[in-house]
Formats: sequence, C-alpha cells, structure tokens
Amino acid sequence: MSAVDKVASEAPPVEAVPKRSMTLGTGASLLMLALLIIGPMFVKNFIVFQLTMLLIYALAVLALNILTGGSGQFSLGQSAFYAVGAYTSAILMEHFGVNYALTLPVAGLICFGFGFLFGQPALRLSGIYLALATFALAVAMPQLLKLGVFEHWTGGVQGLVVTKPDAPFGLPISQDRWLYYFTLTIAIGIYIASVNLLKSRSGRAFMAIRDNEIAASAMGVDVALYKTLAFGVSAGITGVAGGLGAIAVQFVAPDGYTITLAISLFLGMVVGGVGWLPGSIVGSAFIIFVPNIAEGISKGLSGAVFGVLLFLVIFLVPHGARQVAIVAQQMLGKLTKG
Amino acid sequence: MRFIQLRLGAFSAAVAMLAATSSGALAQKKYDTGASDTEIKIGNIMPYSGPASAYGVIGKTEEAYFKKINAEGGINGRKINFISYDDAYSPPKTVEQARKLVESDEVLFIFNPLGTPPNSAIQKYLNSKKVPQLFVATGATKWNDPKDFPWTMGWQPNYQSETQIYAKYILKEKPNAKIGVLYQNDDYGKDYLKGLKDGLGAKAASMIVMEESYEVSQPTIDSHIVKLKSSGADVFMNITTPKFAAQAIKKNMEIGWKPLHFLNNVSASIGSVMKPAGFENGQDIISSAYLKDTSDPQWKNDAGMKAFDEFLTKYFPEGNRIDASVMYGYTVAQGLVHVLKACGDNLTRENVMKQAASIKDLELGGLLPGIKVNTSATDFAPISQVQLIRFKGETWERFGEILGADATN
Amino acid sequence: MELFINQVLAGIATGAIYACMALAVVMIYQAIDHLNFAQGEMAMFSTFIAWQLMQWGVPYWWAFLITLVFSFAGGIVIERMLFKPLAKAPVLTNVAGFIALFAIVNSVAGLTWDFTIKPFPTPFGSSPFLGSQLISTHQAGMIGVTVGLLILLYLFFQFTRIGLAMRAAAALPESARLVGINTSWMIALGWGMASAIGAIAGILIAPVVFLEPNMMGGVLIYGFAAAVLGGLTSPLGAVVGGFLVGVFENLAGTYIPGVGNELKLPIALALIITVLVLKPAGLFGRPIVKRV
Repeated sequence: MSAVDKVASEAPPVEAVPKRSMTLGTGASLLMLALLIIGPMFVKNFIVFQLTMLLIYALAVLALNILTGGSGQFSLGQSAFYAVGAYTSAILMEHFGVNYALTLPVAGLICFGFGFLFGQPALRLSGIYLALATFALAVAMPQLLKLGVFEHWTGGVQGLVVTKPDAPFGLPISQDRWLYYFTLTIAIGIYIASVNLLKSRSGRAFMAIRDNEIAASAMGVDVALYKTLAFGVSAGITGVAGGLGAIAVQFVAPDGYTITLAISLFLGMVVGGVGWLPGSIVGSAFIIFVPNIAEGISKGLSGAVFGVLLFLVIFLVPHGARQVAIVAQQMLGKLTKG
Repeated sequence: MRFIQLRLGAFSAAVAMLAATSSGALAQKKYDTGASDTEIKIGNIMPYSGPASAYGVIGKTEEAYFKKINAEGGINGRKINFISYDDAYSPPKTVEQARKLVESDEVLFIFNPLGTPPNSAIQKYLNSKKVPQLFVATGATKWNDPKDFPWTMGWQPNYQSETQIYAKYILKEKPNAKIGVLYQNDDYGKDYLKGLKDGLGAKAASMIVMEESYEVSQPTIDSHIVKLKSSGADVFMNITTPKFAAQAIKKNMEIGWKPLHFLNNVSASIGSVMKPAGFENGQDIISSAYLKDTSDPQWKNDAGMKAFDEFLTKYFPEGNRIDASVMYGYTVAQGLVHVLKACGDNLTRENVMKQAASIKDLELGGLLPGIKVNTSATDFAPISQVQLIRFKGETWERFGEILGADATN
Repeated sequence: MELFINQVLAGIATGAIYACMALAVVMIYQAIDHLNFAQGEMAMFSTFIAWQLMQWGVPYWWAFLITLVFSFAGGIVIERMLFKPLAKAPVLTNVAGFIALFAIVNSVAGLTWDFTIKPFPTPFGSSPFLGSQLISTHQAGMIGVTVGLLILLYLFFQFTRIGLAMRAAAALPESARLVGINTSWMIALGWGMASAIGAIAGILIAPVVFLEPNMMGGVLIYGFAAAVLGGLTSPLGAVVGGFLVGVFENLAGTYIPGVGNELKLPIALALIITVLVLKPAGLFGRPIVKRV
C-alpha cells in the first residue's frame, strides 16, 4: 500500500469567505448599535440580564468565529477558555478584592497565553484530530477545576459566589443595566478590534492559511506563528467573555463549564454563519432563546424539540444567518435599483 | 362632583392599602406578588434536559400532584399555578430561569429547585430579593443556615449526617475496620466523604485505607472496584448514584469481594438499583432511609402507599412507580401543601417562610413510620431523621431506632 | 504485581466496550469521511428496541436479529431524510446536524423508557472466564464478537466490490462517480452498516453498564478516542486502540500518584494527543497527503 494512497483534494472544510463579507455595512451596523443601546432602556431588569448574557455569549461565539472562520481551525474546547476566564475574574474579585473591570484584561491575557500554548501541540493536528484534542481540553477542564490542590482558590465542587458590581459614580441605574452597558462597551470594542484584525496583515495571513495552508506557507506566511496566534486571540476573547459571564451570573462552578457549553458555542457559530462576525449575535440568541422556546413547546421532549428546530434552521439556511443577510442585501439592492 | 368621587376613591384605596400593610387585625387577606384570591404561583427549576435529566421526573411528579390538589378544590380555595423551567443542570441557566420566575412570571416563591451547584448559584440572589427558596432538592449541609440565608430551606436529611451515622455504626460494630471508599467526584460525593471522616474523627486516617473517585462520564467503575479489593478493605462505603451503585454491587459479586457494604441512601432503591443489580448480589447491604421504598413488599397494604398508588393511577399514569424520584417528588409536594394550608389567607413571602419554619411533627404518607418533619426558626432542616436498613431477600429490613441526623459536629 | 495484572485484565475487559464502539465509529468514517456525534445515541436507541422486544416476549436471538435489521434500515432512513439534503451544505453544518440528532434521540428515548436503569440479558452468562474473576464469560464473548466483526469488516472492505466502492466514494467522491459508483447510495449504505454495528455494540455493552438513555455518552467519548488513536481508516487500529485506551486508563488511574485517579480520562486523552502529535494519522492509519 503506497503512502500516497489517499490524496485529499477536496475543498477545505471551511469555505472561503471573502473578507469584505465578513462584516456588516455601515448603515446596518449603526442601526444595530442604536437598537442595542436604546432597547434595554425600556425593558425589565430580567430581560436586561438576558441581553447581557446574549452579548457575552456573542463574544464567545465571535472568538470561535475568528478561530474557525478566520484561520480554519476547529475547536470544541472553547468552554475551557471560558472557564479559565470566569475563574480568573472570580478569584481575583473574591480572594484579592480586585475591581471587576480590572479582572477582565487579566482574564483575557491569561487565556491568550493559555490558548497560545495550547496552539503549539495543536499545530500538528487538523480536522478531526484537532477536534478531539480540543474536546479533550473541554472534558478535562471541569475535572481540573475540581482538583483538591486548587480547592482553596476555586472553591472546588462548591464553586465561588461573585459579588455583583454597583453602577459607579452613583449613577441612578440598576446593577443589571449598568452591567449591560459595561458589557456592551467591551463587546463593541472587541468587535471593532476583531474586524480590524481580520482586515489587517495578520487577518490576511489567517485566511490564507484557512484557504490553503501549503500555498500560504509557500507565499512566506509563517503558518505556525499565525495558527497559534489565532488560537491565542480566540482564547483571549473567550476569556474576557468568561470573566463577564462570571460577573453577570455571580457564580462560578465546574458544572457551568462542561462540554455542553463548548457545543452550544459551536452551534451558535454555525447558526450565525461560519466566518461572518455579525452573525455571532444571531448565534448567541439561538443558543440562549431556542432552548427556552423548545421547553415551552414540550417539557418532556425539550431536547427533541430543540433538535428539530436546529434541523429546520440548517435545512432552511445551511450557511446560517449570513445567508439571510446576503439574500436581504440582494433584495434591497434590487429594490433601490428598481 | 366627579372630582370629589375620584378623591374619595383615592382615599378609600389609600385606606385599603394601609389596612393591607398594617398587621392582620383589620384585613384578613394579605398577599405578596404571586398570590391572589384565586391562585398561588409557584416557581420551580429542574434539569429536564442534560446530564441530570433522570431527576426531571421529580418536577413532573410535583406538577401532577398539584393537578390533584387543584382538582380537589385547591388550597383554601386557591389554585396552584406551578411553573417549572429547565436549567439542564447548568448554574448560569439556573440563574436565568430563577430571574425569569421572580421578575417575569412573578411567582410567590421558588420551590424544590434541584442540585447543589444550581441552588448555590441562585441562593444569594433569592435571599437579597427576599424570595423563599423553599425545600431545595439537594442534601448538602449548607442549606440549614437560617442566620445567613433566612430565605433558603432544605428538605431531605443531609449527606454528611448520613455517613456520620454509618461511621458511628462502624466504630461500634467493627472498630478495626479497613474502609475502602468509592465516591462520585462532585459536591454530593465529597459531602458524603466529609461526613464519614468527621464521624470517624481521629481514627479516619487509619481506618480509611483507600479513597477512589469516579466521574459521571465514565462508562464503568470496574477498575475502581478491582483496586479497592486489592487494598484489603473489609468495609466498602459505596457513595454512588443508582447506575454506578448497581454496577458496583454486581461487580463485587463477580470478582468475589465480600466486604461489609454500606450503600448511600441516594441509591437505596429496590426497583432501580437492587433489582437490576440482582437480589442475590445485594444481600446484607446496609443503607439508611427516610422514605418508603415503593418496590418493597412490606408496604403492600400500607395506607400511605395505597394513597400514593391512587395518585399515580389517577394523575400520573405515565410515572414509573419504581423510580425513587417519584416518591420523593410526591412527598415534598405534600410537605409544601401542608405549609401553604398553614399560611391560610396570609400569603406573603414572609409568612410562607414563617410557616415553613414552624412545622411540628408532621407525618407524611411516604415517610417511614416514626419519621417526622420538624422545623423551627433555628432549624431549617425539615427531615433530619433516618433509620438504618439492611437488604434481606427482596426487601429492606429496618433495624435499630430512628436516628436523629442533626447531630453534626 | 497482582494489582498490575488485575488492572490490565480489567482494562482489557473495559477496552472491549471501547473497541466495539470504535468499530462503529470507523465504519461511519469510512462511509462519510467524518464522525457522527449521534452514533452513541443511535446505538442506545437500538438497544432499547432490543430490550422492548424482549419485554414483549421475543426470544433473545430473534430480538437481536430484528434489532439489527431495524437499525440498518433506520440508519438508511436517517441518512436519506436528514443528511442527504445537507450533502451540499458545509461540513460544520453537518456536524450541527449530528448534534441535533443526538438531542432528538436522547430526548425521545428518555420520554419513552425513562431514566431508571434496566438490566440487559447476555447470551454468554456472567460466570468467571477461564478461572479469572476479572473477565466474565460475557466480556470474553464481547471480545470474541468484536474480533469477529473486525474480520468481517476487513474482508468486506478489502475483498468485496461494494466495500471497495464504499471506500472510494468516501475518499474521492468525484472520481468514484466517474467510474460509475452511486456515491449517494454508498453513503446511505454506510449509515445503515454503522448503525447496525452500533446496535451490536449497544447490545454487548448494556449488560455491563446497564441500559439507560445516557449510557452511551461516556462510551462514545472513549470510542472516538480509541478510533482516533488506532487511525480512523483502520478497523484493526480501532480495536487495538480500544484495548489500549482501556488499559492505559486503568494504569494511569492506579499508578500515577496524586491526581491519577481523579484525572484518569484527561490523562488518557492527553496520551492519545501525544501519540497523534507524533503520528498524526494514528497508529494504524494511512497518512494523508495533500495535493495543492
């Protein structure tokens, strides 16, 4: 049996998304921004809380999108980075009395380092093998958090309760609303930075690797560096999301960061459209609200209803929300011309 | 004229409000959010999906029981509106669902949410909102803390006290025992382990010869049993959930390990553990119980069991009666109905907690004879009695007296 | 030393479970070129069908046979109805489809048969095998069936036209179509066979771990790990991988001091990843060469 028995010549697993279509037009972006700013002023605190979670998961989905949609690497281990970020924030706040806002950059940096290191061995793996490696990370994380050695810091199986911050400067808004706008500011910052990253030299390197690794290498792209860098950036953003999540939920425990979370984030990316950054928020909405809808339809069969709804979505729009956006854009284009 | 009428109206409304806020004498009926003349809104959170979905049946049983209560006229004329949400056993989701129940559905209180991590996640929130977190479905010790968390109350005997009882038994009957422990690596397993060590006191280090933990994701625990056997232990402390308990019982027999076997109450079920594991393999296992085992032939003609069966046939035919969770949900729902009846027309959150904290010697049909529910302003552990049981033939034989489990050190 | 031998034997017995599942994983990989996350749940469902048939009084071997046919047909139906329409969709969308299927099967089984564990009969008995209490006759039988399946699969892929066609269809669909292979039906056939092998795995595993809707969750993780370790293209690799993972895991749990016991699975997975880093196609897999 010769070594060149199987030649993989099929298309890369992640289709090429031209970088222009990775973002939203200026008009649409501003409209979305206005909605995100004004909307929460008129709703109950509970909905504000849900919207905060929406933004937080959107950030985590966005991070996965940079990794998969940007550099073509697949990860089922995002829950591990999310957990590290959450625990970093929680431990800094509760054990060291650090201000919540200051814990986020720390969480991001630690996760960046962690992701960058993890990216090293992951370099030799791709496709299903990489999926298994990241999956192993996701499975291991809750068990690591439970370890007796770290129990003093992590609270072990019992987890840690986190104090929710008040609005600063005596602003007359509720904790939930304050946290929402705080999260929104960070989310917008990260979104803009991500868009710029993908448009930059590094972003072009990511996409070159995604579309054809060997060709990219031949063109002089340092494949190893950029692949690990993508892992680092993705992990860092996920870590910030994790930290925000810990503050919003006011609690961290190993059970909150299982493989289920990683799978949810993955589903969020697919539903939002792989490689389309604005889709992250659509994906995030899917993973937060669709389980609630499914449960409303049938409690005993909530899992099945969720599965059926997911099938419906991928049947109708296999390319996720991006497909909807493209169709909408074309229709709009026709209308304005006609 | 209209102006005056309006003013009058406003005045009488103010008087009514005054009456409502002043203490009892003037107005008979007092309500907080979630209660009215016609209904009482109760929130609940269960893992209907996800890794702990086996326990979802508790929520379904409770729903069925409240359906029965409503069909029989409700509580003091009010219907129970039971709103139960799924959190998939994930603490962040629990927080979302708890907030939805409190802020959007506006329930009077949250009843029997399941699991230690989910309850830990919402405890602070509910206490700061002064919403009762009543009869939580977990055996952690920390729920009995009326001083710091006056709005949280447990229900079942706590895990730690159970292993303390076993420890006392071992110290008395087998003082030179070599104990091998198998426990689930989570809050529940570690609580049990702590209770055992506390109960053995100074002798714990020398008596426990091996501690083995397993993860729920493991398909089998065979390797742990092999290891425990080789440690030379002659007492086996089996702190596992039903599936693994049955595996352990069966595996012990297969590899010919016959230690004195203690099985935690979580898995002391004839129908869902002992029978699948094989009756012949489970002889002489010691456990403890506070509920009647629905598969135990000794309760065949018991009045409480007959009432339970009637409820199942009429309101919950799809329920599996051998599932210990069904009996659990049935009993805790009865406990709640008792509290709500005691509240009378004063359905405020404060009074719900007050009544829940003043249960005196309540006997419920599902509890073992002699075991009573008791609470006070300083005791937020409603069921704190158990009895030791030993498996003989196809039934649990009770032995010894009813043991108070509150003796924590 | 005795503990060492005991742990190895126990590892082989558990490894047989993983090997069984890993075979089903390799089967589907040969047919569709990626992994099916719902495979464990499909196997669990098949096992429940067998259990239900036996509850209705069908004798063991008839129930076994009916379940195999049902699973084979079920696999084909699922492929035709749910995944054929997704053939043109991106790979990741297909993966999302597997996750949806997972949720549906698990939830339906939970509602139909609830979550209490059920004992499952074995045709091999469960007395000690060859005087060793560590391997029961059932586990020995399981190893036997796994090896038998392995040989059958090897013969099928290596020497039958249809087996060859299936491999071609998965590896190089366009070229396969050019030589007249109906690739679409090859995929459906692969689903059917994987589903049937999964059913055999489930029926063999259930007597050891007890039957309940979540019984395959853990098994599938190990099955994947075993298949990947052995090389996803090789049935032999999958089986060897299964036994290796079983033994690895037990030895790590027994001999690594401190954290070994609590981190059995992560350590086993880390070891596999190390192997993959050194030998990216697995122990028995064929290296993939990319054409630019």
